[in-house]
Amino acid sequence: MDGTLFRSVNKFFIIAFCLDIKSYKSFMHRPDSFFLATKMAAPLTLLLIVAVTIRAVLFRSSLAELISARVEVVSPLNAWKRVVEGLALLDLGVSPYSGDVFHETPLMIYLFHFTVDYAEIVFIVTDGITALALYLSIQTYNKDVFRKQKYALESDRYSADCLELLRSPKEMFYIPLKVAMFYLLNPFTILSCVAKSTCGLNNAIIALFIFCTLKGSALLSGILLALATYQSIYPLTLFAPALLFFLQRLYIPVNLRRSSFWFFTLQYAFMYVGSLVVITGLSFFLLGSWDFIPSVYGFIFSVPDLTPNIGLFWYFFAEMFEHFRLFFSCVFQINVFFYTIPLSIKLKEHPVFLIFMQIAIISIFKSYPTVGDVALYMAFLPAWSHLYRFLRNIFLVSCVLLACSALFPVLWHLWIYAGSANSNFYYAITLLFNFGQILLVADYFYAYLRREHHLTHGLYLKKKDGTEATLVLK
Amino acid sequence: DSDPVGFDSLDLNERRGRSTDAELDRRDGTRTSEALTPAAAARDEFQEELVIRPLHSGDIYASFQFRTLWDTDFLQEGQKVSHYRLFPKSLGQVLSKFSVRELHISFTQGFWRTMQWGQPFIPSPPGAELWVWFHDTVSDVDGNWKELTNVLSGIFCASLNFIDLTNTVQPSASFKPLGLGNATDHRFLRYATLPREIVCTENLTPWKKLLPCGSKAGLAVLLKSEKLFHSSFHSQAVHIRPVCQDEQCTSKAWELRQTLNVVFDLYTAGQGKKEWSLFKMFSRTLTEACPLATSSKVYVDITDNPELFELSPATPLLSQAVVLGDRRTYSVYDLSRAETFGQLRSLNLLLRWKGDGEMLRPLLHAERYVAGFGLQTGEIHTVIYNNHPYRAFPVLLMDSVPWYLQLYIHTLTVTSKSRDNKPSYIHYQPAKDRHRPHLLEMLIQLPPHSMTEVTVQFERALLKWTEYTPDPNHGFYVGSSVVSALVPSMVAMNTNFTQDQPLFSSFVPVKEESSYFVRVYTEPLLVNLPTPDFSMPYNVICLTCTVVAVGYGSFYNLLTRTFQVDEPSLPLAKRLANLIRRIRGVPLLT
Repeated sequence: MDGTLFRSVNKFFIIAFCLDIKSYKSFMHRPDSFFLATKMAAPLTLLLIVAVTIRAVLFRSSLAELISARVEVVSPLNAWKRVVEGLALLDLGVSPYSGDVFHETPLMIYLFHFTVDYAEIVFIVTDGITALALYLSIQTYNKDVFRKQKYALESDRYSADCLELLRSPKEMFYIPLKVAMFYLLNPFTILSCVAKSTCGLNNAIIALFIFCTLKGSALLSGILLALATYQSIYPLTLFAPALLFFLQRLYIPVNLRRSSFWFFTLQYAFMYVGSLVVITGLSFFLLGSWDFIPSVYGFIFSVPDLTPNIGLFWYFFAEMFEHFRLFFSCVFQINVFFYTIPLSIKLKEHPVFLIFMQIAIISIFKSYPTVGDVALYMAFLPAWSHLYRFLRNIFLVSCVLLACSALFPVLWHLWIYAGSANSNFYYAITLLFNFGQILLVADYFYAYLRREHHLTHGLYLKKKDGTEATLVLK
Repeated sequence: DSDPVGFDSLDLNERRGRSTDAELDRRDGTRTSEALTPAAAARDEFQEELVIRPLHSGDIYASFQFRTLWDTDFLQEGQKVSHYRLFPKSLGQVLSKFSVRELHISFTQGFWRTMQWGQPFIPSPPGAELWVWFHDTVSDVDGNWKELTNVLSGIFCASLNFIDLTNTVQPSASFKPLGLGNATDHRFLRYATLPREIVCTENLTPWKKLLPCGSKAGLAVLLKSEKLFHSSFHSQAVHIRPVCQDEQCTSKAWELRQTLNVVFDLYTAGQGKKEWSLFKMFSRTLTEACPLATSSKVYVDITDNPELFELSPATPLLSQAVVLGDRRTYSVYDLSRAETFGQLRSLNLLLRWKGDGEMLRPLLHAERYVAGFGLQTGEIHTVIYNNHPYRAFPVLLMDSVPWYLQLYIHTLTVTSKSRDNKPSYIHYQPAKDRHRPHLLEMLIQLPPHSMTEVTVQFERALLKWTEYTPDPNHGFYVGSSVVSALVPSMVAMNTNFTQDQPLFSSFVPVKEESSYFVRVYTEPLLVNLPTPDFSMPYNVICLTCTVVAVGYGSFYNLLTRTFQVDEPSLPLAKRLANLIRRIRGVPLLT
């Protein structure tokens, strides 16, 4: 093809595209976003109503009790039965942390001390808040993505033939709604909510943290991150993506020799650590003892409760040789924190995707995972719908995850109630489920990197001899 | 010709109606002091006693008690006691070394069936039970307790060394000291049960060795293991406590009570005939008392005589006592008298049933079971019966549940007569995984003639594979609940009891007799836990690590590598040619 012709055609497309952007921009900022709000409000309200109805119906049905006993839905860390037990112990004048049943944080006790009678409403509202926070976060993020894409196009940083990789406002318009829908109507979230697993509250805190981060409020972000860390320790790995996001937003380059970088990092770290200290101190004053530290965080790290769940820990540590226990619990716990630094380096330009990766890694490698954790990172999948063309084994992964979700209760029944199977059956399914999750996350990571590569190097790569090339990782 | 004997004894009963325990005891007492005046330096004493109670089911209950008094000033700290006369040295050393104030240990095989057999004299739970009060000068109670259990384990050839912190509790109200001293601080109390402990000959032999006469003379010659363990119920115990030496309590002494209770079954041991003799029960007869004993007696409960059974040889000695709230009459055979043995020089008591009688239902009775199915959750039901027709009384219920059954105290319900019955006192100590069991103590008011049901839900834990017993699918034992109560006495209950007593004595019930302390043990529970596959450790480690490695590998790949266009490498021949061309400095082939 003639080079000049190609370039002119290309230019035409880019101009057309920019027009499209303009229309999108004007659309986004007209009297301002009010129009958008009214236009999106209807489906969002409908979605909320449907979600609340489903939950309310399930709460009133006999299924609620069955669901709240499922080991996939509740773990020793977040079971509602244990919250009630903690409150009962408090009523008896016994410290809830003197036993090994209650592992919620002191703030949680005080929250439910006042709201225990309205727990169902609290959990429904929490899910609504999470969905709303995710909705608004992704909306902000999409605007951001679009802005950046425009700048990149204007400064000719994208390769010429990657037009079809660019994102159009039309396809992005419904993504926030889809994210909210993926969260609210995900069976995992519904089960988690109906079981009154406090995992829903942790998800809400993380979603609000993401929202505040994307809105650019460093203080609120720091406070909410501290709250999330206080609740379940693992979200502390989200510090890195949040920091990267703020640096990017303030146009501070990530350069260890620049004082502005250190100034902001220390500022954000101070907000985070400060709020963590305040929250922990507050918990101490509420209960008058530090008993909750070993009972909550020690419990998370040393994994003494081997009740089966969907994670990798329980059977591994049930079958572990005693003298290797400490070594392997370190090895397994480190998985959550291990990937933070390399991922931050690799994805330093894409902090929101990094947040997604971190949440997914936490939910796979945490010691007591439940389906509620899985639901949180799955809610982000619509935000990466443009990666679909690069996913390699999405069909396999979806089949694996669906099959596992169906097989969990079946094999549990065979093992625990029918006695015709043994623990290996259930273990095999947890193994497969985690394998599927790892494959899913790795696949999205691959697709994201590949799209970035194509954006700069062109979509249709050629070998030296002019034939079509295949991309490989080297 | 058996009737005259019966009437005779009844006459005796009437005649000796007022020659009660006190009189008998006083006579014994004088004789004892006479016998002991030569050795007054150490006023150690030994008494032995066997009580035989025919049960209404046709079974027979024999209860041995051996009481040794050790006259030593145990309250002085650091005093070395090196002289032992009747008291076993092995136990004496243990007492002083570990600063024990009170020690109660029992080994039981079988379960006491209260509804068939009535109340036992000394109740004990199936398996081994140990409770110890330490002196309040002990600083490291847990350390002392651990050492003590190991030492006792050696002394009694039992698995008491399996008692550790995971099955030890400190009951706040259920176990009070039985001897002198008013210790109320339950920090110095340790209580543990091993419901799985199997009791057999190897535990009996060391127990018999503690007796001054061993099994050579006295009542202990009857203790032959081949008969004792061919029974429905066998329980042997050692109780050590400080007591007063005299009425004014000017001097104190250690009391060692060794008790052995055994119930012989009508069908397995008695060949189905309602006819028992000492020889049939123990394959021995009595020929002499233990020469070291100040008193050596056999009591036979003849309260239901002559309607139910006949007893031979007859004895003129009778004794009345209020036992467990009921006025009982006993025939007494004093082994220290030569005439007891008759011309044959041996005593072989014979009891022959004549008919069936009604047994007074025990006023307090408790049972327990596990409800629910599957290996995930369950519910412990404890049912306590108050059979008193018009009196309500409070009971203390104590439950010690191992940590691997996670109790949910908010599911605790207490219902009497299908109404909620809120306990007036609850002491609950939740378990710590692998460190401490649950302890639940409750004070429940039992309404008259009622059944009270206590339920609590639990969750079964999955343990580490090394924490299971060698037969994991047999299940795990949970020790008996302990119901302690002051039960209104039947003597006080019977306001129309005027046959034996003068009218002036029976209008207001006597305080001492109005209620009696009783402890009832429920059945131990056998609970199944979910088990991992014990043959799998290597496989599980390999498989789980593989999945983690898949995660690591794929992230590592994506993190460290970059995308590149795949350029096919040249064929081998061309590469070799290029190698030569490079040396020659000629342009390379592509």
